[in-house]
Amino acid sequence: MEPDRIRNFAIIAHIDHGKSTLADRVLELTGAVSARDMREQLLDSMELERERGITIKAQAVRVRWRGHHLNLIDTPGHVDFTYEVSRSLQACEGALLLVDAAQGIEAQTLANAYLALEGELEIVPVVNKIDLPQADPVGTARELAQLLGETPDRVLRISAKTGQGVEDVLDAIVERIPAPSGDPAAPARALVFDSSYDQYRGVVAFVRVVDGSFETREPLRAMAQRTEFEAEELGVMSPAREPVGSLSAGEVGYVITGLKDVSRLRVGDTLTSRRRPAATPLPGYQDVKPMVFAGIFPTDSDEYPALRDALERLKLNDASLAYEPETSQALGFGFRCGFLGLLHMEIVRERLEREFDLDLLITAPNVAYRATTRSGEVVEVHNPAEMPREVELVEEPYVKASIIVPKDYVGSVMELTNERRGAFDHLEYLSEDRVLLSYELPLGEIVLDFYDQLKSRTRGYASFDYDLAGFKQGELTRVDILVGGEQVDALSLIVHRDAAYDRGRQLVERLRQEIPRQMFDVAVQAAIGSRVIARETIKAKRKDVLAKCYGGDITRKRKLLERQKKGKKRMKQVGGVEVPQEAFLAVLNLDSERKR
Amino acid sequence: MTTGVLHLYVHLPFCAHRCGYCDFVTVVGRQAEHGAYVDALLAELALERDVLAERVETMFLGGGTPTYTAPTELARLLDGLPAAEELTVEANPETVTPALARLLRMGGVTRVSLGAQSFQPRQLSVLERRASPDDVRGAVHTLRDAGFDNISLDLLYGIPGQSPADLDADLAEALALEPEHLSCYELEAKPGTRFTHAQGAELARQAEAMEGYFELVVDTLTAAGYRWYETANFCLEPARRQGRDLRARHNLAYWRGRDYLGIGVGAVSTIAGIRCRNLPGLARYVGVLRAGERPRREVEPLTHETQELERLLLGLRLDEAVALATVEGVLDREAAARLASRGLVDLEAGVGSASAIRLTRRGRFLGSAVTADLVA
Repeated sequence: MEPDRIRNFAIIAHIDHGKSTLADRVLELTGAVSARDMREQLLDSMELERERGITIKAQAVRVRWRGHHLNLIDTPGHVDFTYEVSRSLQACEGALLLVDAAQGIEAQTLANAYLALEGELEIVPVVNKIDLPQADPVGTARELAQLLGETPDRVLRISAKTGQGVEDVLDAIVERIPAPSGDPAAPARALVFDSSYDQYRGVVAFVRVVDGSFETREPLRAMAQRTEFEAEELGVMSPAREPVGSLSAGEVGYVITGLKDVSRLRVGDTLTSRRRPAATPLPGYQDVKPMVFAGIFPTDSDEYPALRDALERLKLNDASLAYEPETSQALGFGFRCGFLGLLHMEIVRERLEREFDLDLLITAPNVAYRATTRSGEVVEVHNPAEMPREVELVEEPYVKASIIVPKDYVGSVMELTNERRGAFDHLEYLSEDRVLLSYELPLGEIVLDFYDQLKSRTRGYASFDYDLAGFKQGELTRVDILVGGEQVDALSLIVHRDAAYDRGRQLVERLRQEIPRQMFDVAVQAAIGSRVIARETIKAKRKDVLAKCYGGDITRKRKLLERQKKGKKRMKQVGGVEVPQEAFLAVLNLDSERKR
Repeated sequence: MTTGVLHLYVHLPFCAHRCGYCDFVTVVGRQAEHGAYVDALLAELALERDVLAERVETMFLGGGTPTYTAPTELARLLDGLPAAEELTVEANPETVTPALARLLRMGGVTRVSLGAQSFQPRQLSVLERRASPDDVRGAVHTLRDAGFDNISLDLLYGIPGQSPADLDADLAEALALEPEHLSCYELEAKPGTRFTHAQGAELARQAEAMEGYFELVVDTLTAAGYRWYETANFCLEPARRQGRDLRARHNLAYWRGRDYLGIGVGAVSTIAGIRCRNLPGLARYVGVLRAGERPRREVEPLTHETQELERLLLGLRLDEAVALATVEGVLDREAAARLASRGLVDLEAGVGSASAIRLTRRGRFLGSAVTADLVA
């Protein structure tokens, strides 16, 4: 297909604003999928995605419309995958900006719209769900037009659910979005904007060919990672895989690589032919590093091998997931896992529990810290218990956060961001009533319960998005928790100096409530270095004995003893103290009351 | 078993009324059936006679309320039992009359265990006990008058609404009667009983406040010259009764892991590593024995390890040491050393290594937890 007959586009939308429904309607209307075969929200293939109504992995589908090939490139719908979103957008010349007529613009929409504008994409604004009784198509169109510097009459008004206006959307894609502009004669270059793992055929890369063309069986190279392989099969998704002999400039399709490891072919890399290699890769490749870390332990230590296998299998499909073995004296054998962000962590946890049926204990999440020791050595710390005690300085990751709220809640948001060490950047009125607030915040303050707090203090009206913004020095200190004089590694934390006392006290108090009384007094302490900042004592039991025992009930007494013994085996021993696993769980939950 | 079993338990299930907290096999009323039941008991005894030793050391008539059994039938039963060095009968205070006391004496009973429970009318009514405080005192005097010189009183503590002062008063009242033996049980809310249903929440609520009651009991009784020889049992020091060892010999046999034969509905026997329980159900028990057959039983073979476990569990309730050689397979020696360093157990030195183990005073208050720790 000639490049001037190709249109590559993405759909940018907030969760629940109707992206998948619009995609379904497009497939149906263009005849790519008959209505009868239609599974709702076809693009979201993973069970979890369908259930949570979000898109985790991007995919691409080719449809035909009035003599053109339209390539719909689906983008992941969450903050944690900003880089993947940016690469997907990079594969397009234009994007539909889809906004719910009843909800208006949300922070995440805005963030992605900015990404698209930065990538110089043509944006087609679309107001969706105009059929809803509470819809405000006119107001929402005005808001969108203002944001994009367009006139409101250029904003399309549709209902993806009923199909109203969807043809106009397809026409607008053809008319407004430019054709791809690569050089068909230049050495071949293609952008990898997504990949997945096929259990039989290895890594499947989704690519946008920018220059030149690729042929089946051609020897290829990924330029950033220097991974070499052969194009075992080229093809397009329509929406099932459909092999083609070649893919040329402007086209979007897949490459079956035969590689056995997704981490060898990362999103953002440039493919070129080894027969006639390009001189320079496409711009913008980044090696995305995990920023949020947590320990994952099986509640039953016998499940450790199963957990290891499960992580290996997840990693096949998720190059951003990092993990390494970790041993905790409190929680046993497990893994320290690195995630792009909180949602990523939540998704991994749910997949481990659901798809692999594992029962897990997950420590409070923490961010990556950079510590400079007295000797000048810089170490990256992923686990608070590994923070060197003698440090010159500690740096922590910061984010630029955008929060959109009705103007009445500006005060509540300011209060919360103040508590979380946020630095105000600017405030912008998106419409008469809705305000965009920008902040710089430590990521570590967000991984606790920031989002929950934000939601509850704004009655659910706030929307929130963030972008990583580098490392900054912080007045951070490591707080250790000691039970019976022994440090509980899984409970160490790194907090801002001003919060150390309060957080230490909270943890100690919670542990006092959760650890059952023992046969002796047990001290529960929070300490910075050797200085104890909080202490509670769990008083010894005075009595634990079955009063009566006679010939008729020896069996019952023995069974009680056996049950008691079994219960003890499930306890974790810390400092000679039996701590039930539930106690750790309760304390860890205190730290991670965020989510959803 | 060539030597024969030395300890016999006889179960008499009849009661005038079932107390709310009770979970024993009991039968209310049915006086007409007492005779048939005693027939069945004697029949079962005859079937098991060769299991028993020539000379039985101890017998125990428990219930139920054995002394509620129709007097002629009770007399007939006592008459039919073999002679024993110790024969204990459980009695409720309101059933003790001079005639009954005489009947027991004549029947060879050497020891009476009196279910006093409390001396406070309020607490007795919570327990649904029919005896008044005066009945308890009267029963002791009646038994003394009949010549009994080994009387035990059962007391309950941790009764809903019981204050430390109430418990103090109960102990003082009990001591004033100078019993040879006292059994003091914490009231347990046993699952399924009417009492647990009505009072369980209140018991749970006051559990912590009542933690000190056990210590109060032990302190008071030991100060009064009683030996705390088992978790819940106390006896007068020998010096106070012409050098007699007043421990309950029958129960001591249980705690030392000796074999015992139990007859009667729901009764348990443990002989040569096999535990049997006669099934509950009075009519069937009587019917089967009338037909000359053995009662239906639930059989539980005890493995060597189980036997060791029970030896440890029971032995540690006593104030005497358990020989390590008898519990070798189940004892965690490291745990024992650790608990010793915490002052919860005493290890007796033997040749080269420890030879016996017992709980310290503090360890005895925490007996269940310590025992669970000691099990490997």
